[in-house]
Amino acid sequence: MTENLPDHPDWLWAAAEPKRSYDVVIVGGGGHGLATAYYLAKNHGITNVAVLERGWLAGGNMARNTTIIRSNYLWDESAGIYEHALKLWEGLEDDLGYPLLFSQRGVLNLAHSLQDVRDSVRRVHANRLNGVDAEWLEPEQVKELCPIVDVSPDVRYPVLGATYQPRAGIAKHDYVAWGFARAAAAYGVDLIENCEVTGLDVRDGRVTGVRTTRGPIAAGKVALCAAGHSSVVAAMAGVALPLQSHPLQALVSELLEPVHPTVVMSNAVHVYVSQAHKGELVMGAGIDAANSYRQRGAFHIIERQMAAALELFPVFARAHVLRTWGGVVDVTPDASPIVGLTPVDDLYVNCGWGTGGFKATPGVGWCYAHTVAHGEPHPLSAPFSLDRFTTGALVDEHGAAAVAH
Amino acid sequence: MTSRPGEVVRFRFDGRDYEGRRGDTLAAALLANGVRRVSTSVQLGQPRGIFSAGGEEPNALVQIETPFPEPMLPATTVEICDGLVATGLPGKGRLADRPDPARYDTVHAHCDVLVVGAGPAGLMAAAEAARGGARVILADERPAPGGSLLGTAEAVDGLPGRRWAAERAAELDGLADVRVLCRTTVFGHYDDNYLVAVERRTNHLGAAAPATTARERIWRIRARRVVHATGAHERFPAFAGNDLPGVMLAGAARTYVNQYGVRPGRRAVVLTTNDTAYPAALDLAAAGIEIAAIVDVRQAPGEEWARRCAERGIDVLTGHVVTAARGAGELSSVVVAPEDGGQARDVPADLLLVSGGWTPVVHLFSQAGGTLRFDEEIGAFVPGDTQARDVRLAVEVAGSARGVPTLSGCLRDGAEAGRRALAAAGFAVPDQAPPPAVEDEPAAAPARHLWLVPAADGDGDDYREHFVDLQRDVTVADVLRATGAGLRSVEHVKRYTTAGTAHDQGRTSGLLTSAITAHALGLDVADLGVTTFRAPYAPVSFAALAGRDRGHLHDPVRVTAMHDWHVARGAPLENVGQWKRPWYYPLDGEDMTAAVLRECRAAREDVAMMDASTLGKIDVIGPDAAELLDRLYTNMMSTLPVGSIRYGVMCRPDGMVFDDGTVIRLAEDHFLATTTTGNAAAVLDWMEEWLQTEWPSLRVHCTSVTEQWATVALVGPRSREVLAGLAPGLDVGNASFPFMTWRDAEVAGIPARVCRISFSGELAYEINVRSWYGLALWEAVNAAGVTPYGTETMHVLRAEKGYPIIGQDTDGTVTPQDLGMAWVVSKKKADFIGKRSFSRADTVRPDRKQLVGLLPEDTGRLLPEGVHLVEPGGTRALGHVTSGYRSAALGRTFALALISGGRERVGERLHAAMGEEMIPVTVTHHVLYDPEGARRDG
Repeated sequence: MTENLPDHPDWLWAAAEPKRSYDVVIVGGGGHGLATAYYLAKNHGITNVAVLERGWLAGGNMARNTTIIRSNYLWDESAGIYEHALKLWEGLEDDLGYPLLFSQRGVLNLAHSLQDVRDSVRRVHANRLNGVDAEWLEPEQVKELCPIVDVSPDVRYPVLGATYQPRAGIAKHDYVAWGFARAAAAYGVDLIENCEVTGLDVRDGRVTGVRTTRGPIAAGKVALCAAGHSSVVAAMAGVALPLQSHPLQALVSELLEPVHPTVVMSNAVHVYVSQAHKGELVMGAGIDAANSYRQRGAFHIIERQMAAALELFPVFARAHVLRTWGGVVDVTPDASPIVGLTPVDDLYVNCGWGTGGFKATPGVGWCYAHTVAHGEPHPLSAPFSLDRFTTGALVDEHGAAAVAH
Repeated sequence: MTSRPGEVVRFRFDGRDYEGRRGDTLAAALLANGVRRVSTSVQLGQPRGIFSAGGEEPNALVQIETPFPEPMLPATTVEICDGLVATGLPGKGRLADRPDPARYDTVHAHCDVLVVGAGPAGLMAAAEAARGGARVILADERPAPGGSLLGTAEAVDGLPGRRWAAERAAELDGLADVRVLCRTTVFGHYDDNYLVAVERRTNHLGAAAPATTARERIWRIRARRVVHATGAHERFPAFAGNDLPGVMLAGAARTYVNQYGVRPGRRAVVLTTNDTAYPAALDLAAAGIEIAAIVDVRQAPGEEWARRCAERGIDVLTGHVVTAARGAGELSSVVVAPEDGGQARDVPADLLLVSGGWTPVVHLFSQAGGTLRFDEEIGAFVPGDTQARDVRLAVEVAGSARGVPTLSGCLRDGAEAGRRALAAAGFAVPDQAPPPAVEDEPAAAPARHLWLVPAADGDGDDYREHFVDLQRDVTVADVLRATGAGLRSVEHVKRYTTAGTAHDQGRTSGLLTSAITAHALGLDVADLGVTTFRAPYAPVSFAALAGRDRGHLHDPVRVTAMHDWHVARGAPLENVGQWKRPWYYPLDGEDMTAAVLRECRAAREDVAMMDASTLGKIDVIGPDAAELLDRLYTNMMSTLPVGSIRYGVMCRPDGMVFDDGTVIRLAEDHFLATTTTGNAAAVLDWMEEWLQTEWPSLRVHCTSVTEQWATVALVGPRSREVLAGLAPGLDVGNASFPFMTWRDAEVAGIPARVCRISFSGELAYEINVRSWYGLALWEAVNAAGVTPYGTETMHVLRAEKGYPIIGQDTDGTVTPQDLGMAWVVSKKKADFIGKRSFSRADTVRPDRKQLVGLLPEDTGRLLPEGVHLVEPGGTRALGHVTSGYRSAALGRTFALALISGGRERVGERLHAAMGEEMIPVTVTHHVLYDPEGARRDG
């Protein structure tokens, strides 16, 4: 017998038919869209809201990510919004009344070069000053926390240490999405599936509605939450976003007895892995270099990722890849998101989360709902405005770009 | 059949010893030994048996212990070998706690026609393609060709099917341009007919496996045309108790009897919706298994089959259903009732064969981007039009993979697919050959599509025993609960129930889940669809995918021509990008600190040398070479005279420093640009990206020459004297060989290009020779009494001079101006990458982080790199320490830091925040040593 997942509730949400108009139309029924709808209703009392999803609810990146939650970002601006999200995660099961399998099992970010070590130590110090829990661990401490990591000097890029955020962890993505969906629906939000947005109506510089495969819908405000397709949707209102969309792949193994107690990420060796509640290893790959809106990547990325996984975790050798999949990530020039106003009145944008959107779900939902409700940015999302690409006030989360002379 | 022919193989399962026969799967051998309970179900903890005879197995999952632990394999695919030890799984596999000793490999192959599946259709397709002269690869996941023929034992051309298939495959394998791969699962079909397969080469050999043979290897196949002859999986209807050991797919039972000579039970009931269970029942009867009844949900089975059953005395109950399978831990009886509600009866049986029809294996087709359509006749999704708009696949589908129901049909269909593939690949199609003869093929009656058998009253009528996904313990009740919760998408139902997420990825259950969901929602399953098919088609080991890219082959190890010398001198190595670089050269009894201080002193006071070969070197050649460099670097390169050298900085369009290095002008149209060690490839990519996408009109070529040169940096006040000694023909005078120029010369008798460059502030030279002379040069220089130093000393020397290391003192958010290098940004050039960003509001902020020096008040205190600076009493981070060292020249520790408004803060006292501890420091100008530059000319 194995650990069974908690049951979903007997009732989730009713499939809604689109009405002719809403106060707010949210384009994109993923985690961010659903969380935004929930906080619009809960925090701002705005419930005449539709969430439009072109496929099935939370079937995009929300169903495809590797569920890692952490807030140990370098810059103050990033730490602000991700730590806000993490604090919300810590109370979210109670808030939503839904089991989310939120497990604060800690996240290790490994360092493999002297420059990795410098960057990591810097991030630990920055995190602490920002009130984010962070520790620097030596290789033997890494081994204590996660005994299966090969910290020997024999590997191609030996582990020289790691940053550790104990409050970080994972959650079960479907449960999170459905928790938000159910709670939003209970407030009266319409969740409309199989409803693709085909156009945005803009009159005199103001958005007035959306056109969809299920007919036109008038809207007081339109909030975009379309992840990998954000640039396509925003272009319908003539708004050009500085985004590049790429496929990002992930995979799972068969169910295994517990071997991996925490979450390990390595940027240098390109692997991130945890063992989910059921027992499968969940692993993310590197991004496909090519631009694409297709939810599939190239196979050599997976092969490369397996080589990296075995480099760090030799015991994984005979685990099996059961299933691979791809999502579409939208990446900005500074690898930070765009949340806020657009040049079109009443049209809001939330995009550019790249590979990091899941962990932000409650935080961005909270801030974006505030932004939409008040027509001005929430202080925590204000640094992520679209106009930073004009002013140059970037929040560069690429990390160190190069290595030494 | 109690004593089966064949070579005896001894194995152990769940702690007991058994005998099987060579060629048995573990499932076949267990059944032969009467083992019916093989595993335990994952959620309910109930015993499960063997349900199928192939890779679609949802129940009989085992853990291999010996020869080497491997988690979770279907017993139906494990070939037994002597000494095999396995255990039944309770839902989770276990990884070995020791390294896998096996070797894994990768092969690339190209072909005109790849045929996936060596059943009747695949064999015919491959034969036709080969006959037309195509290069053919035929791959099949089983140990032997034949596909369905292995299990049905049907005759083709008067031969037993297995033999016919073996002979055809052997003929094909004998052809020069044909490759037949058995035990090879094609598991991924990617864009442009790129397919990936895994070949299992040694698993079946056990301890006899040659150590030099890769255990598994990945085939990366590029095919002009692909024929999917992937067959079909039998499915089952949901009825109460359908998970009990003893319930088995009808075709699987037939396979155990015919292929392995194993009787999977003694007394069987057959539940069917179609004719294919009849030959299975007849084969079992012929093998001595009592057929208690055939329960046919239809009113009219195929007449010939019914006649043959009658002839054998087998009772055929038409219009009947099985309402429940019963038993304590395994099947003991079957409840049979007329479907219209008549009297039910309990039929004792230890085997219940089920056939709910056949579902084409469309996984690869779907992966390739093909769309599916629902075929009402077979009651399943089949491949749609390969030439539909937005699809256009270079793929044929043949045989039961597209719903062809008969053997003769599959043989014909395969041949036609092979001929279509030939024509499409541009080959002349030879005259049609007569199809192989199939003698016994009674006419079939239509199948009926029955998904759910309601239970009789009181016996599983809450649908909690009607299993849909056996591996995930998902029942009809679970599906109904999902639809009752409001879910309308089969993808949601999958996630709510977990149906289809297990090891078998829903091979036998996917369509059933959709059908039950559709039923609950009042929809047609054709409209509801099925969940997405994703690679891999079958589980594939991490190790196979990693192949040889592990350990020191994980990423190329790059070393310089002098590497062995560094190692022999005991220098610890630092990974810098892919390079191994000497970090420092400790003498006996020296620790790193002592060694680095000594090396620094040598460079500042005497003469020292460093292996600088790893710096990236890019030849930029062409009439527009100068123009390209003017656009890439912030400063002017076109004005550089031939024979001179200039330091340059490259920025990204956002104005942030991306790389730096020197540019040497070798001729009017020929420059050599150096880059940082770790960034060489990125810089070349950057040049190519701009050349190819934005400036294709520039006539210039960029070539990496990093590895063609070896470079020795000769540094220190005595370097001129040492160079003069080594290069008597070179005029080393300061006037005749000034700073930032280069000269060709013979150094230690080796043709060299000597550059007067300094990354330390000292008089210094970089001597470049062809890399095969690198070690000779190094040894000659060293023999002149020169102290070698490593990367750490290089870092200290340059930091004393305030020279940034890109990537250490910068992080992609730093402009040249932030580094105190406004002088390197041209004010004259019309444009260059990054120029516009220098006038952006944020880029001209006075409080930007700027590079400064820091002097700890405690002159012995080393500031850790990465620590942040705050104002005394404050908590807001002003910036961080980017570099921190002990300086021999300054006689104290010092650091470089990026500090908000740093240049205005020179002289201010700040705190480095080490957790609770605050280390007082004074901000200084970033050039701490020889600020007037007096030492450069010696």
